This record gives sequence, structure tokens and C-alpha cells, in this order.
Amino acid sequence: MSEITAEQVAHLAHLARIDLSPEEITNLAADLGQIVESVAKVSQVATADIPATSHPMPLTNVFRDDVVVPSLTVEQALSGAPARAGDKFRVPAILDEE
Amino acid sequence: MTDLTRLTAAELAAALADGSVSSVDATRAHLDQIDAVDGDLHAFLHVAHDAALAAAARVDARRAAGEALGPLAGVPIAIKDVLTTLDMPTTAGSKILEGWVPPYDATVVARLRAADLVLLGKTNMDEFAMGSSTEHSAYGITRNPWDRDRIPGGSGGGSAAAVASFQAPLALGSDTGGSIRQPAAVTGSVGVKPTYGGVSRYGAIALASSLDQVGPVSRTVLDAAMLHDVIGGHDPLDSTSLTDAWPSMTGAALAGLADGALTGVRVGVIKELAGPGFQAGVTARFTETLALLTAAGAEITEVSAPNFEYAVAAYYLILPAEASSNLARFDSVRFGIRVDPDGGKMTSEHVMAATREAGFGPEVKRRIILGTYALSTGYYDAYYGSAQKVRTLIQRDFDAAFAQVDVLVSPTAPTTAFTFGDKLDDPMAMYLGDVTTIPANLAGIPGMSIPIGLAPEDGLPVGLQIMAPAHQDARLYTVGAAIEKLLEAGWGHSMLDQAPALARAPRTATTVQGAR
Amino acid sequence: MSTAELMDYDKALELFEPVLGFEVHVELNTKTKMFCGCANEFGQGANTNTCPTCLGLPGGLPQVNRQAVESSIRLGLALGCEIAEHSRFARKNYFYPDTAKNFQTSQYDDPICHDGSLTIELESGRLVTVAIERAHMEDDAGKLTHMGGAAGRIQGADYSLVDYNRGGVPLVEIVTQMIEGAEHDAPEIGRTYVAGIREIVKALGVSNARMEEGNVRCDANVSLRPRGSNTLGTRTETKNVNSLRSVERAVRYEIQRQAAVLHAGGTITQETRHWHEDTGVTSAGRPKSDADDYRYFPEPDLVPMAPSREWVEELRLTLPEPPAARRKRLQADWGFANLEFQDVLNSDLLDAVEATVAAGATAQSARKWWTGEVARLANVAGVAADSLVQPAQLAALIGLVDAGTLTDRLARQVLEGVIAGEGTPAEVVASRGLAVVSDDGALIAAIDDALLSQPDVLAKIRDGKVQAAGAVIGAVMKAMRGQADAARVRELVLERAATVAAPTAGANPSGTDQ
Repeated sequence: MSEITAEQVAHLAHLARIDLSPEEITNLAADLGQIVESVAKVSQVATADIPATSHPMPLTNVFRDDVVVPSLTVEQALSGAPARAGDKFRVPAILDEE
Repeated sequence: MTDLTRLTAAELAAALADGSVSSVDATRAHLDQIDAVDGDLHAFLHVAHDAALAAAARVDARRAAGEALGPLAGVPIAIKDVLTTLDMPTTAGSKILEGWVPPYDATVVARLRAADLVLLGKTNMDEFAMGSSTEHSAYGITRNPWDRDRIPGGSGGGSAAAVASFQAPLALGSDTGGSIRQPAAVTGSVGVKPTYGGVSRYGAIALASSLDQVGPVSRTVLDAAMLHDVIGGHDPLDSTSLTDAWPSMTGAALAGLADGALTGVRVGVIKELAGPGFQAGVTARFTETLALLTAAGAEITEVSAPNFEYAVAAYYLILPAEASSNLARFDSVRFGIRVDPDGGKMTSEHVMAATREAGFGPEVKRRIILGTYALSTGYYDAYYGSAQKVRTLIQRDFDAAFAQVDVLVSPTAPTTAFTFGDKLDDPMAMYLGDVTTIPANLAGIPGMSIPIGLAPEDGLPVGLQIMAPAHQDARLYTVGAAIEKLLEAGWGHSMLDQAPALARAPRTATTVQGAR
Repeated sequence: MSTAELMDYDKALELFEPVLGFEVHVELNTKTKMFCGCANEFGQGANTNTCPTCLGLPGGLPQVNRQAVESSIRLGLALGCEIAEHSRFARKNYFYPDTAKNFQTSQYDDPICHDGSLTIELESGRLVTVAIERAHMEDDAGKLTHMGGAAGRIQGADYSLVDYNRGGVPLVEIVTQMIEGAEHDAPEIGRTYVAGIREIVKALGVSNARMEEGNVRCDANVSLRPRGSNTLGTRTETKNVNSLRSVERAVRYEIQRQAAVLHAGGTITQETRHWHEDTGVTSAGRPKSDADDYRYFPEPDLVPMAPSREWVEELRLTLPEPPAARRKRLQADWGFANLEFQDVLNSDLLDAVEATVAAGATAQSARKWWTGEVARLANVAGVAADSLVQPAQLAALIGLVDAGTLTDRLARQVLEGVIAGEGTPAEVVASRGLAVVSDDGALIAAIDDALLSQPDVLAKIRDGKVQAAGAVIGAVMKAMRGQADAARVRELVLERAATVAAPTAGANPSGTDQ
């Protein structure tokens, strides 16, 4: 039985930058426990001699020539910004301190 | 006068080409149908009335001026909202992207415009394509045209419902674990997941990069092939794009419509994709289809794919892992909504976390947390690493099977469309419904779903999944078109001709938002 | 920021053995970014070089820049690295507003270059071989500007602004193995190692290599091991040390700080520290914790790299002479004394002097001009000396001096004209009319005038008080507006003093004019 604790979920939520409510954390701990128990069976057949496949097609060396292509205009680049100042994106203070 | 919405894309294209129909008329007919029925079905998140008519008028003018146009010029099409569009909002069914109008077109969208198709609007989907029912859209559910109390499949329920309800002859979808094929199956339409790398992913909002593939949604195999020819081919902006010289899919579909196309075709039936978990009516229609194939000269063989047992588990590790990283960019800095936290210091970190809490739905959060867990130090090898190995085993199963047969078949989905809410509280049950479609994504091979009749017990469509080796998409179109022709000959009509009439439900400003 | 206790450096070294490690980030000077076709250049407006890929917009996808791969392989080869037969990118997942995708596309378990080394020579002549664990490719982050609060600092800022022009610029990160046995030389090893890396990337031409512009950035890892112990101490990582001198200072500071903490019975926290150029101290940054779980996994949007051995060997043939060997060769060829050569190196003028010699100047005149007048003018203008004048122009100028056409003094005026864009040295000589007057007739006329107008001086010269000639020489040089060879004037003055007619009464005492 894979136990996933509320503390683990809270830690994962912090890593994933999602401000989960306590109720969501409780529910997700239960959901994840069940899901993880079910998906953990992959390790039954994944023996050391089997190579991992991370790409479905075996391509290698796909490169682009070093040639400049037009960028977006500044207005296009900033068109979706929730907040801007001049031609820059504006974000709240980074550090949590006085 | 003919109802232009009842024509297939190929028929409409022919009528446009010979001048008997204008693109403006065809476009208006589909916009009228949207206005008439989509208030209830809610296949569309955005309808581009004016832009579509203007684009249609331009095509008509160029045709009148004698310009040589592409085969689908002037034909309307609906776009899954996972694809970026310059002139229409793109939300991927998520609140976090509400109102976002991208500054660029996805490559496939640019190709549609270059081929002069008319973009009708954007279709509903499960949020970020996470789901099999379109119940996970932040903008409300989409109803199944066959039964308004049932799901249209997912994640591409909007695109499937749009073509099945004659609101569009064609649509684009995206398929990460069955999101094109399963909605096609439960709505009686056709959907194709091309070989991984066959169609550009540039501008397709990524769910799981190594599984996602954009593909056609239509009512006939030939229509899907014509659309595939427009969107397919190498794109240098997608580093996983294949450089194959692809044959004409249209040509392949037409070859399937010729007599004797199934003679000698070796068809493999996957032992593991059948049995007790499959609805009786689904199994019945599937078995009948196999009999038809045999009668048409195909050779049916049973093949085994022992590692498919692990496919769903591997998929639900790989997908959340990649998705957790792909969705990290939704952070309220460059695009999308920003939500301030209730209390505490207004730091960048808190605003990001509050935005993601408010902007993502429960299924998205569930998968992001699961994926974050699968990639964490100490768990990577057991979960993500092992899942990548299962992927190798599944590819080997396919290799072994395709050494014996030309195509593989299975029911596209274990059941017909279920009713809303049936699986919402049981994520694992929802996930297991993808057992038939997931293996093709894990292996990167092409798959197609075509309708093969109605399940006797509920009168709802059943789909047949056809799979071919990687790069052999053309084979799907030949075999698919041949089976479609065989079935329609038996029925005496097309699948969707027997769909129930739709209630008139005008699309209004309030219904656009949907009820959820 | 509190000021930390520091232990005397020598005492710290008595009690502890410093163990070092360096991570040097080199910004490549490709035309475009690492994963998209946006221009890799600065100086334009904010967010002008951005696209869906480097802005991390939904649907954006990366495409690897071939030139960046080549530059990375060449850099790896120059550092004696193995070039991996199979290499791939990985995502390093963490949230930060300057990181558009909220993951960095980097390399994790399959870096493109690994297992190299760099041998450096300290001022004492001690040779130290620094083992290089890996050199991997990754993309740079955008630039944050912190607003409100004090002096653009992140601490106390009210909000920040982001410019993604730098986001996605190609970087190579060179990671050393643990450096033991540095002992007292630890700070100098840091400086010399980074200088060596900088010199190599410059010689390869793969980076602009300007530390002050962040083209080369160093993170310095320092830990202390108590003498007699086998256990490694906890290390700190001082980030973004951006000048050679700062590397040296930061390493020394951390040794002294950690020694004081440990000696007082304290413990070192594993953390990143910030280097403060102005005050010369480091301050605590973020502690390393569970939150540093970067969840690396292979980048699914990019396919693996498998550089063919043929390609690698082709690139190996393009490598320049190793900088250390080149230095040895040039010093010997030029016959410079150690101090002279060091002067050239410290002024960053090796390339300039070499090019000037190649253009025909003697090594000593090239050195003298570059480290003298050119460096002085550059200093006044606040620019790099080698950006002021072309080596070929300077060689031409030196040629004019050697031919006697210009005196040093005239040559300095010609140099100013060349720098001012008035043309080649010959053109400036012509347009400004600055050539030495070598016509003895004109000189003699001027000398005679000067002698006759200063009869007392003439008398002194005739009396054998040769030093009195200075006044006449000065007057002649003034009359010739400096365009005469002073040595020749002196010769002629002495000659004419003996023969010129004696002064006559009534002569105009001040008349130097005809």
C-alpha cells in the first residue's frame, strides 16, 4: 500500500507552486495514494537490462542554423502580460523579507 | 437546396471547386448550425463569425479571379482550443488562460490558413487536455450529440461533437492518450492520431511532449486524409518533427475505396484489448466487423501484447511528469491571469502559487502533484525511470505484432459514451478507460478510430481502432476507408445519418460560458 | 547585513585546509539564442529579442543552435575533455520570474563534454592542474531589475521588472572537480583558473569573454577541512563573482570567514552566498534544502545529440594554439623581460602587440606604444586600448618614426589624428603638415636667426659652454613648430655657432623674422 501523507502533498504543492487548501491536500493525499499504488506496478517489469525510451522516434542531432529570424514586436511580447511597466514585465517583490 | 452542413468535406470541396457553392454560403450554413444547436451542445468556446465570413469571401474572390487554390480551400474547420491562434483567444479549456490571445499561430493553424481553409472557431476540451470526457473544461461541459446527458469523450469532446453535429465538416484535435480517437468513437465520427512527429506540435499547448500529436477529426476517412495532407509534414520549429517524404493520405484513402482493397490484408486482433472489461455491445460490433473483414478477404490473426497490461500505469507516470514541467510556465508573469493571495506578503512566489491554485482545476492539480512526485529525488527511478522502460517493452510488443500483421485492430474504447459524473469521483476508473488508446501514444505509432455501428443495449456509437507501424499512416487511411465503405454499404447510409435530430438551442452570450 | 568575524588568513591556513571548486558560466557569442532564432545581442530595448520559445509562451518549442553545439565542443576540446558520443538536454525544474519556462534547459547525466583539465601557472611558478569534471550546455535566464528599496537590490524591493532579451542565450557551464592541496595559493588559484578559462574562450572566439558584462561568471565553492581530518567540511557556493580580482578576494574571504566560524565552535551552513563587490564580503543567500529538488528529466522536446567522431576531429583541427604555449612562444620571440611581458598581459594587449608586430613594427616599439601612449589615451577615454586604434595603423605610425619622418612628439599628435578618424598616419601627417623638417637649409636659416638674436648665448657657446645651446635649440624648435629632429638641430647649432657672423650693433634683438 502506497501511503502518501498530507505533509508530502504539501511539500509537492510547494515545489509545484500551487497554494492548495487543507481540504485539497487531504483529498489529494487519498487520490494519490490510490493512483500511486496502481501505477507502481511499472517497476515489476522494468528490469535493469531494459533500456529506457524517452522519445518515441529514435532521432538524433536535430540542429538549427545560427541565423537570426525576426522576433515578436515588443507589443506582441507584452500583449498578454498581467502587469507591465514600460517595455518590461512587472512582477511582485521576489524576496519575502523586510 | 442542399443542406451544406450535411456534405462531407470532400463533397463540399468539389462543390466549391466547380463553383456550384460559395465558401461564404458554406461558412454561413455552418455558422447558422452553430447558432442553432451549440447553445445546448457547447462544442465551441469561441466562434469567429465575422472573421470566418471575411476569410470565406476572400477565398471566393480569389477563386473568381481564377487563382489556383488548394483542395480544401474555402472549407470551414473548427480548431481545438489547445492550438494557438493569432486572432482568437486560446485557453486550452483552462481558467488560467482566460482571454489570452496568442501573438502567434501554431504551425498547423498557419498551414490551414495557407491552404485557405476557413477557421470557424475554437472547440471545448478538458483543461489542458487532461481528461476523457470534456467534463474537466473550466468553461463548462460539451454534450454528446447522440445523447445530451452523455459525455462526448475527451479531451477533444468539442471537436468531435462539432463534426458529429454538423457544425463543422472538419476539426483539429490533439491526442496524448486517445483524445482524438476516443471522442471520435463515442460520437460516431472519425479521428486520427498520426505517427509521432508526423504533424508539428509548434503552437500546440503541451500536455506531455513525448506523447502529444495533433491530428484530423472528421466524419469520413477521406476527409481526415485530406486534412492530414494539409497539416502534415516536416516543421523545423518542432525538433521532434519527422523529415519523411510522406505519401498522399488522400491518395491512400481513395485506394481504400477501390474494390478489393482489403484482400490479403493481414489484420491482427490484440488479445489483451478485449474481454470482461469491455461492454457487450462494443464487443458485439467489434466481432461483427472482424467477420466483415474476413468476408472481404482480410486475414485475421490474434496477436498478444503482454506488456500492454502496464501501459496505463506507465502512461499515468510519464504524462503527469512531463505535464508538471510543461505547465510550470503558467505563472502569471508573461500571459494569463494573475491572482493575488488572500493574506501574507505579496511576493512573486505567493502570487504564483495563488494564481495556480485559482487558475487550475482539480484534475490539473492532481496530475501536476502526481508528476512532481514521480520526478522527485528518491522516486524517479522507481516511477518515471521504470515507466520509460515499460515504454520500450510496449514498443517491442508492437514490433513483434507488426512482424506478423499489416494493421492491428481493437475497439477504440471499452464502452460507449458514459453519462456525466459517472467517473468524476474515481480518477483511476477514468484513467483505465484509456487502456485501448494509450499504447499507440507510448510507442509513437499512428492510430485511427472509425465508427462501426451502435451498441444494441444503448443505441450509442462504437468505434474501431486501427493501428499501423510508425510512418505507415497511409496504411490506416487505405484500410480505414475500405472498412468504412464496407460498413456503409451494409447499413445503406453513413453512421451519422442515424444520429437523432438535435434540439434547437440558440447559442447566446450566457450559454457560451456554460454551466458548471 | 552583519559583518562576519574573520580569522587571520595565515592562522586560518594553519588550522584548516581549504578545498575549492569552481563553476564557470561562459556566455557564447553565437548570432542567435540557444533554442530559438532570436538575436543574441544586447543594447536594444527591453524584450525586443523575444519569441514564443524564449518567452516560454504556451506552445513554444526549442530548436538547438548548431553553432552553440560546435562552440561547446571546441571549448571542451580545448580543455582536454572527452566529447560524449551520446549527450542530451534535461529540464531543471524550479520557479523564478527570470526563467520563462520555469525550468532551465540544461544537461544533467549526459553532458556534452566531460573529464578534462586545465594547467595554470601561478606567479610563484607553481603549476597546478585543475581537473574538469564536465562542461555542459544550457540556456541563460532573463534579467531582473529590482525597483523600490535600496540601490536596485533584491532585498527590500517593492517589485521587480523582467527583460527576457538575455533569456535563452547559450551558456556553457564548466565544472571543476574538487581542488585539494591549494593551501596558501587558494585565492590565486581561483583567479588564475578563471583567467585561464577566459583566455581559452577568447582564443577560441566562442565568447566575448568580458567579465564585466557577465560573459564569464564564476561561482566559487569553498570548504575547510580541519588539519588532520579526512572529513570534508560543509561547502558554501558564492555566486556570480564577476571579476578576476573578486574571485581571489571572495575565496580568501570565505576561507577567513569559515575558519572564524569553525574555530569558534560554529557550523557552516550549506548555502549559496552573494559576493558584494563594493564591500568585499559575502553574505548568506538561500540555504540548500529539500526545496532544491530540481526534478531533472530528459527534455522531451529535444532529441539526443550524437556528435560523430569525424565532426569532433574536424573541430579539433580548428583549435588555436593553447594560450599558455602561445605566451611562452611570444615572450621568447620578442625577447621581452618578464616585467615587460607581464605588463602587456596585464593590460590585455597580447593580441594587439602580436598583430602590430605582424604588421611590421618591432616588438619593443609595439609594446612601448601600446602600453604607453595608447593605453594612456584609452584610459582618458575610458575604453579598452585595443578598441582605440588598429594594430596596422599603429605599425605604420611606428614605421614613420623609425624612418625619421616623425619624432616621438609628432607621432603622438599623428596618433591623436588617427584616433580622431582623420585617416591613416600618412594621411594625418600630410593633412596636418606634421612631418619632420629635414631640410638643413631651412634649419640653418632659423638657427642663424636665433644665434644672432641672442649674442650672449652665442658667446657662451663659443666659450665652450655647450649646455647654453639649449636656449637656441628651444627657440629653433619653436620656430619650426616642433617639426624638427632635436638631435639634428643641436648638431647644427654647435656647427653654426662656430661660423656664424659676429653680432653687429643695432641688430634687432628680438628679430627672428626675416
